[in-house]
Amino acid sequence: MQLNNTGKPVGRALAAATCALLGVQATNTQAKGNPGEWDVETALLVYAESDSRVNAIEPVISATRNFDGERQLNLKLVADTLTGASPSGATPSDLPQTFTSPSGSGSYSIAPGEAPLDDTFKDTRVALSAAWSAPINRDYAYSVGGYASREYDYFSTALNGSLSRYLNNKNTTLTGGLSLGMDLIDPVGGAPVGLSRMPLRDGKTEAEFDQEFTATRESDDSKALVDALFGVTQVINRQTLMQFNYAVSYSSGYLTDPYKLLSVIDDASGANYGGNLIGADGNPVYLYENRPDSRLKHALYWQTKYMLTNGDVVDGSYRFMIDDWGISSHTVDLKYRWRLANSYLEPHFRYYMQSEADFYKRYLTATEYNNGAPALTEASADYRLGELTGLTLGAKWGYRFDEDRELAIRAEYMIQSNDGDEGFGQLTNHDLYPDTDAMWVQLSYSF
Amino acid sequence: MPDNTWTPARLLRLAGTALVMASALAATGCSNLGVKPWERDLLADPDMQLTVSGVDAGLDDHIYFSKEATSGGRGFGGGGCGCN
Repeated sequence: MQLNNTGKPVGRALAAATCALLGVQATNTQAKGNPGEWDVETALLVYAESDSRVNAIEPVISATRNFDGERQLNLKLVADTLTGASPSGATPSDLPQTFTSPSGSGSYSIAPGEAPLDDTFKDTRVALSAAWSAPINRDYAYSVGGYASREYDYFSTALNGSLSRYLNNKNTTLTGGLSLGMDLIDPVGGAPVGLSRMPLRDGKTEAEFDQEFTATRESDDSKALVDALFGVTQVINRQTLMQFNYAVSYSSGYLTDPYKLLSVIDDASGANYGGNLIGADGNPVYLYENRPDSRLKHALYWQTKYMLTNGDVVDGSYRFMIDDWGISSHTVDLKYRWRLANSYLEPHFRYYMQSEADFYKRYLTATEYNNGAPALTEASADYRLGELTGLTLGAKWGYRFDEDRELAIRAEYMIQSNDGDEGFGQLTNHDLYPDTDAMWVQLSYSF
Repeated sequence: MPDNTWTPARLLRLAGTALVMASALAATGCSNLGVKPWERDLLADPDMQLTVSGVDAGLDDHIYFSKEATSGGRGFGGGGCGCN
């Protein structure tokens, strides 16, 4: 066993658990934690998806200032740069397809049989968060925090706070937390009117196109988020710590993805059966997606940490989520930290599965489209709202130079698979649910 | 008809019940669990914190938030980011 940190009170572990309840994750480097010192954690993440899809580079710096009496201030800065292509939601076709770019100023083409990807996707995000945690007295502690992030078409802010109550000689901690957020969305080219038809340039003058494009736009939009979280952290025995959380989250406002589309498929019999419906202007019909304007989510989360007699640590968690969009999900996460003299190796396994949203549609039929007066009010072909399973395998290796300094490298590989309606006619020739493969590597240094 | 069975009101009631039960369990049943102050050596190990690296957790949460329909649970789900 490597018990080089004896004498640290369990209250700190519980206070760390409290911090973990905040959406703004505190670094909780309690091993260092000496009053008057800063503990700094830096990292660089490189993320890549197969088939030239999303690539990201994400540097992070997180600094925690420790004060007397277990008071802590954490500041965190994250930046990321995203490039690459993202699935638009449209279906592949036997014919070449042309789509209007989100700004309306250009277009992009997709070869026959290829999955429609919007390659105009590029963004830079900067996020800053701050969290303060401190004891109130022997039995209570609190945390307050703030968050702001800015990207080209999105601005997000949140404030959060939590209160913890220690019971049973600090073997039990009850925590209640609240987060209030406001996001402003200003999509490139303006937010499209939900389920309106994507204007296409073919066969039109620029003036006709502009008029059509303007008619499908509405002003920028916002959404409000309220999150509440209730948690119980319990010391089970000398080797086992357990946490049980219930989280409820309500968001309202503009919850649609302004860049996602739906193909309308011809369901009348004939040569074009199962192909894209051709509109009166001679172009295929694509619609902008539309989601409900509110969402209520509930999540139950259970986590256990267990130290084996050889000093290795097992970290297991399970989460169940259900919402009023008809989605439910299960997440299992397992880590095993194999501890060596000055280093550790930690394999990681994660499994995720979700059911599809009630309004998830891989495509709309011409009948549902009903010549521009669809009977449905909401529809989305975003694969992230479909039936989905994800498997992640990874490992982290860390080397501890001393109590303060650690170098670590982590690699994760994820494969996501979708499933659902396979379509009819010509659609059945295409893979409507391609897998998503992603890999990320992270280098960290803390001091 | 899954919508009718899981109305928000019913979910809230269920959640409320779960919370009351969890609190009651924490306040009473769990009093038999736990350790004495001098038995806290292993639990105080930094590797025994529920979140060992806030930076790792934050980066992963952001990735999964962008690729799945679920977020939050361990902490707040949060908003932000129209990322794909």
